[in-house]
Amino acid sequence: MEYFVQQLINGVTLGSIYGLIAIGYTMVYGIIGMINFAHGDIFMVGSFIALMTFIALGILGGIWLPLALLVTLLVTMVITAAYGWTVERLAYRPLRGSFRLAPLISAIGMSIFLQNYVQLLQGARVRPLQPVIEGHFILMKSAHFSVVLSYMQITIVLVTVILMAIFATLISKTALGRAQRACEQDSLMASLLGINVDRTISLTFIIGSLLAAVAGMLFLLYYGVIDFYIGFLAGMKAFTAAVLGGIGSLPGAMLGGLIIGLIETFWSAYFTIEYKDVAAFSVLVLVLIFFPTGLLGQPEVEKV
Amino acid sequence: MLKVVGVQTYYGKIHALRGVDLQVNEGEIVSLIGANGAGKSTLLMTICGNPRAAGGSIHFLGQDISRLTTDRIVRQGIAQSPEGRRIFPRMTVLENLMMGALTSEPSYFDNDLERVTDLFPILKERASQKGGTLSGGEQQMLAIGRALMGRPKMLLLDEPSLGLAPLVVKQIFQVIEQINKEDGVTILLVEQNAFHALRLASRGYVMVNGRITLSGGGEELLNNPEVRSAYLEGGAKV
Ligand SMILES: Nc1ncnc2c1ncn2[C@@H]1O[C@H](COP(=O)(O)OP(=O)(O)O)[C@@H](O)[C@H]1O
Ligand SMILES: [Mg+2]
Repeated sequence: MEYFVQQLINGVTLGSIYGLIAIGYTMVYGIIGMINFAHGDIFMVGSFIALMTFIALGILGGIWLPLALLVTLLVTMVITAAYGWTVERLAYRPLRGSFRLAPLISAIGMSIFLQNYVQLLQGARVRPLQPVIEGHFILMKSAHFSVVLSYMQITIVLVTVILMAIFATLISKTALGRAQRACEQDSLMASLLGINVDRTISLTFIIGSLLAAVAGMLFLLYYGVIDFYIGFLAGMKAFTAAVLGGIGSLPGAMLGGLIIGLIETFWSAYFTIEYKDVAAFSVLVLVLIFFPTGLLGQPEVEKV
Repeated sequence: MLKVVGVQTYYGKIHALRGVDLQVNEGEIVSLIGANGAGKSTLLMTICGNPRAAGGSIHFLGQDISRLTTDRIVRQGIAQSPEGRRIFPRMTVLENLMMGALTSEPSYFDNDLERVTDLFPILKERASQKGGTLSGGEQQMLAIGRALMGRPKMLLLDEPSLGLAPLVVKQIFQVIEQINKEDGVTILLVEQNAFHALRLASRGYVMVNGRITLSGGGEELLNNPEVRSAYLEGGAKV
């Protein structure tokens, strides 16, 4: 029982991070119908920016920890968003209107570029960060096992919940959110109503990158080590999560993230760690057999 | 108000508009009729900048708009209720109307919403329903209502009567007349339903294969034997 609860806690934590990344995939797919393969790498860039900011603040020294975290968060979000915006401007916008495969190839190219770019600047080895948020609660205790809930895990889940609440309000209640949804449902009609579709697409990349930036920073704080390759692995999982939840569906992305996080954690805990990725992908295949549009996805609405 | 001169439009290799001249003066209702595939929708879309005119000029209120992007063009005061209505299916009726109001002052919103729901009371009842669940007639009303929410100076209507029951068609044409007379909105109306359209219009144009082949007063065109045989009595094309 204790072991199970512990895995549940770990799974939800990991799933939160996947969910934050998955939203970027699903939003971009919703609006331009393309899988942004570079999105995982934007997440990776985010975690490196967080690392560098921490190191820089550490050199300055003596900064109150919550303030340091906040500064790092803001710096990471701003710079990562700039990367996301640039990727769209350089790699996707010039190809809009060309054949369908072109932006996909461009996206894969961008992904490879970002990985090599970070590898070149930061080296290929893992980069560590000393623990920043330490401490934990003991929730349950038995003779052999105690269930630990760390402050870091609380932080991750709390930050995710807060971001989701802000994000959901943004999409459902604000003019920006309505413009975003309008472009997603019919971008030609949106432009006929005075919406600048290119700008809305840029904003979508920026929002997705902001969430990925936060995920990158949380990942860094949680695991304490990063390398240039984390974007590929986490990106694959998050992409799987987005498809599982129903690509294009925002609640679906979050739900998919949680499910993938839980599967991965439980599989590693009860079976062999080697096949955890296979397990996650198998569940995806199974779900798609029974729900071709994912768990919360809507069937494709025919466009006139 | 709107002056289209020698406009050419291509879809890839398809030459859809082959030099179209057309003019709409302030306060008018002008009807554009023509068979399926003549290029009527293409003309309305070209006025809105998508696709872009490959030749000729389009002036609105004296300004050349043929180089502007679609969102900039409609912000000059042109609204379109396009072919197929293009309601946002997963937005509520109210949200669809909000989308229409983007080009006008937020302070006008309540007023304009009241006007639109006066014209189409059913939209008020359906306010919180998703656009995709409306009937064809309701979607058409929503498409016109949405276009009106932006307080356009000029309204482009693409086949508003298509596929609707006669009673609904009558209601729609009544409203078109009303917004022209009461709200002073200038209207360019594209229709295959030539009888209704020409009766309503002060002037009309006939389009065949991407060219204007006939123009004149509404009554005059209604009585024109060529128009009668081609568009009113189900005969051959002009
Ligand atoms: N999106 C498009 N792509 C390619 N050809 C098109 C497109 N839209 C219309 N056309 C072609 O342009 C011509 C004019 O079409 P359209 O403007 O829709 O006519 P109408 O509205 O008078 O029925 C037709 O030959 C049609 O096949
Ligand atoms: Mg048409």
